Amino acid sequence: MMFIDPHAHMVSRTTDDYEAMAAAGVVAVIEPAFWLGQPRTNVGSYLDYLSTLVGFERFRAGQFGIRHYCTIGLNSKEANNEALAEGVMELIPRFALKEGVVAIGEIGYDEQTALEDKYFRLQLDLAKELDLPVMIHTPHRDKKRGTSRSMDVCIEHGLDPAKVVIDHNNEETVRECLDRGFWAAFSIYPSTKMGNERMVEILRQYGARQIIVDSACDWGISEPLGVAKTARLALQRGIPEEQVRLACYQNALDAYGQSGQMKEADWLNPVDIDQRALYEGNSILRGGREPRVEKLANRRSMDDLIIK
Amino acid sequence: MNEPVRSILRDCLRARLDEAQKRWLDEQLAAMTASPSDKSLHVALGMAPRRLGKAPLAPDAEALARLAGQVPGWSLAGWSVADAARVLLLASLPAEGFAERFRDLCQTADVAESIALYRGLPVYPNSDALERQVGEGLRGNVQAVFEAIAHGNPYARQHFDAHRWTHMVLKALFVGSRLSPIVGLDERANDELARIMIDFSHERRAAGRPVPWEIWRCVGPFARGSMIDDLARALDDGDCFRQAAALGLAASPDPAAAAVLDRVPELRDAIARGELNWEALSARCA
Ligand SMILES: [Zn+2]
Repeated sequence: MMFIDPHAHMVSRTTDDYEAMAAAGVVAVIEPAFWLGQPRTNVGSYLDYLSTLVGFERFRAGQFGIRHYCTIGLNSKEANNEALAEGVMELIPRFALKEGVVAIGEIGYDEQTALEDKYFRLQLDLAKELDLPVMIHTPHRDKKRGTSRSMDVCIEHGLDPAKVVIDHNNEETVRECLDRGFWAAFSIYPSTKMGNERMVEILRQYGARQIIVDSACDWGISEPLGVAKTARLALQRGIPEEQVRLACYQNALDAYGQSGQMKEADWLNPVDIDQRALYEGNSILRGGREPRVEKLANRRSMDDLIIK
Repeated sequence: MNEPVRSILRDCLRARLDEAQKRWLDEQLAAMTASPSDKSLHVALGMAPRRLGKAPLAPDAEALARLAGQVPGWSLAGWSVADAARVLLLASLPAEGFAERFRDLCQTADVAESIALYRGLPVYPNSDALERQVGEGLRGNVQAVFEAIAHGNPYARQHFDAHRWTHMVLKALFVGSRLSPIVGLDERANDELARIMIDFSHERRAAGRPVPWEIWRCVGPFARGSMIDDLARALDDGDCFRQAAALGLAASPDPAAAAVLDRVPELRDAIARGELNWEALSARCA
């Protein structure tokens, strides 16, 4: 089974994670622009970060047979630093048209301040202007209200809910997302957001028509196999295979594919020259490198003593 | 000065575009010559693959012959339509301020844009002033970007000093790139590079790793004394490796090399008959 992890902060992850994801069936990841765990102090570090997302990280993922896409945006936490935010807002139109940018995101609310609101709205307008989907980060605190408000503002700015993914949902927020026609994404993130047993129950209750599963793996204690593990658990617990395929693959492709920058052929049959230069399909091996050995279970074991 | 080259590129492109695409491209080109704002430049470069697609450019033989007359060594192999459009847009910009613009574009380029930006080096205005940024381009880790500079591109041969040249060739070895597509590989070979490559071969042997066969092309013409022993040793390696070592020996000015080459008479004779040469070996051992 093929999987897409449509929310993964891969710059924080190691090559082991890429290998494990590829081995588990992940064919594509979407990396939303976000903060780094601590605030950036100047616009230059933002510029370099966005460059990494459209540049080296895209290449690095390709080395493991995984297609890398990203979303570009000013996150809610850093929207509160007005000087920084103004500088970043000038950069965003410059990056939003780069290859593999599938949405404006992740944007939305953190503390729901006036500045967060201002830059959220400006970026929604930009997404509309550039005809790009939007990925919304919903707040941890005052979540239910923040999620409703995010959707209200999207509607107010004339966005089509079918082009907006509301992320980090839980049992309390999912119903409204679905009823209003938005994509409802869930981050299988240990301890804080959503566990995969709960996720399976949500699939059982609501079906998978507008549901998207992601890992949101980042620099914290998180699980890059979140999508693959959820899929396996769901199948074990009797969720129909087609629903698992929708939630863990097809819906993300349909939602973000509306950007025109992401299609199944990218990983099944990469045709254009630029793409081939950046991607090592699973059957293609680079000169001089050993074939990828499927020994991932041992990777961190002290029993595997020889390093070549 | 680059007008004839631009016209060749434009012809190659037009052969791949429909009427609406041609119109879009012509509009953008007109805007470029009129000193565009940063934003319109960014949008034009960003839109190029969306508007024109990324099919292979695949220029015809006549265009390639005209191009070879204008920019010897420049290869359009592996270029997409979008690459050619981006290069043509950049080559149409005013010379004034071009180097700053180029640097700025490189700093926020995605990978495909980086490849196009560097592939076009031979036809940009004020190309002398771009050398420092090209050096930055070589320092990256994306092989396809490195190769946009190092392969099929005569810019390095013309503009790089000995140090930058040497390090570009060495880096090609380290990132697993081929040496033969480097334009000027034989002309700019030198003693220092040969010495570094011999040291590199010792490191590789000590680590129990294969020595890339292409290094003997750079070593051969400067191989003397103990370097002949290194070449002799490589004769014991596998197929491509020993043939490359034989070619290296044949190029050596040291009389001792001829005696070593006599140990492999079949290779010696194939070289003498012109059957074994670097072009043939590169094609076969790619
Ligand atoms: Zn995130």
